[in-house]
Amino acid sequence: MLINQFLFLAAILFCIGVYGVLARKNGVMVLMSIELILNAVNINLVAFAAMWGTKAPAAGTDPSVATIGPVFALFVIAVAAAEVGVGLALILMLFRNRRSIDIDELDLMKG
Amino acid sequence: MTEDMLPVNIFFFVIAAMMIFSAVRVVTTKNVVHAALWLVGVLAGAAAQFILLASEFMGITQVLVYIGAIVVLFLFGIMLTRAELGTSDDLDNDRTQKLIAGGVALLLAVVMGYVLYDAFEDQSISLVGHTTTQLGQTTEQISDSIFSTYLVPFEAASVLLLAALIGAIVLARRD
Repeated sequence: MLINQFLFLAAILFCIGVYGVLARKNGVMVLMSIELILNAVNINLVAFAAMWGTKAPAAGTDPSVATIGPVFALFVIAVAAAEVGVGLALILMLFRNRRSIDIDELDLMKG
Repeated sequence: MTEDMLPVNIFFFVIAAMMIFSAVRVVTTKNVVHAALWLVGVLAGAAAQFILLASEFMGITQVLVYIGAIVVLFLFGIMLTRAELGTSDDLDNDRTQKLIAGGVALLLAVVMGYVLYDAFEDQSISLVGHTTTQLGQTTEQISDSIFSTYLVPFEAASVLLLAALIGAIVLARRD
């Protein structure tokens, strides 16, 4: 396996997520696209960890260094969970106040 | 048998194609509930890729946290905001903005693709012949790492989750 297979897959998913964030109007759909972006990062972290793991024994370094990848990915998952929780609560509040969750209607700060 | 024909590579490309198709459907489908279900496809594919990379812990965490919790949270969000359950034409921005978004995404893809190709041209990961312990990917090693080296960030993450929990309750409850 090439490391680039995984990196290209993650890059493509990241770009699809960016497209979703910019092109969607519905708040829930924007959050879903953000999940795609965060998930792409996790694939990168785990792929780099695997790459380091296959190199570490040869280089004579501590193999536990390769566990950093999954540990960071775990933190990314925790932050993503917190973000979705608060984000959906905000969207719920938005819906209650305006009867709509269209992001482009939030132009109060437009001069 | 050449390196390209390894079963693991075939699995990779099948799963990757499924993930990219699902991801495209997530950002283009006109039905909110379908988008959440296509998201499950992407997340399950990512879990499978983690297993291919010998990271069993991440694969299982992905299934538990993302598919088990976050997708359910999304479905709650969809139901509570009373989205149209059929197809809806009101999910996307106007055509101009979609074109700009496509342009930005394409530009980003070209730049990242070039940089990745330039940096990691043909570096391979051959997991064959390594044990998961050598790869540093066993649950034991990960937990050792979390509860020793990364104990402080781990506690910070738990405080963050607690804060998010309380914040979400405060924001969403009816006064």
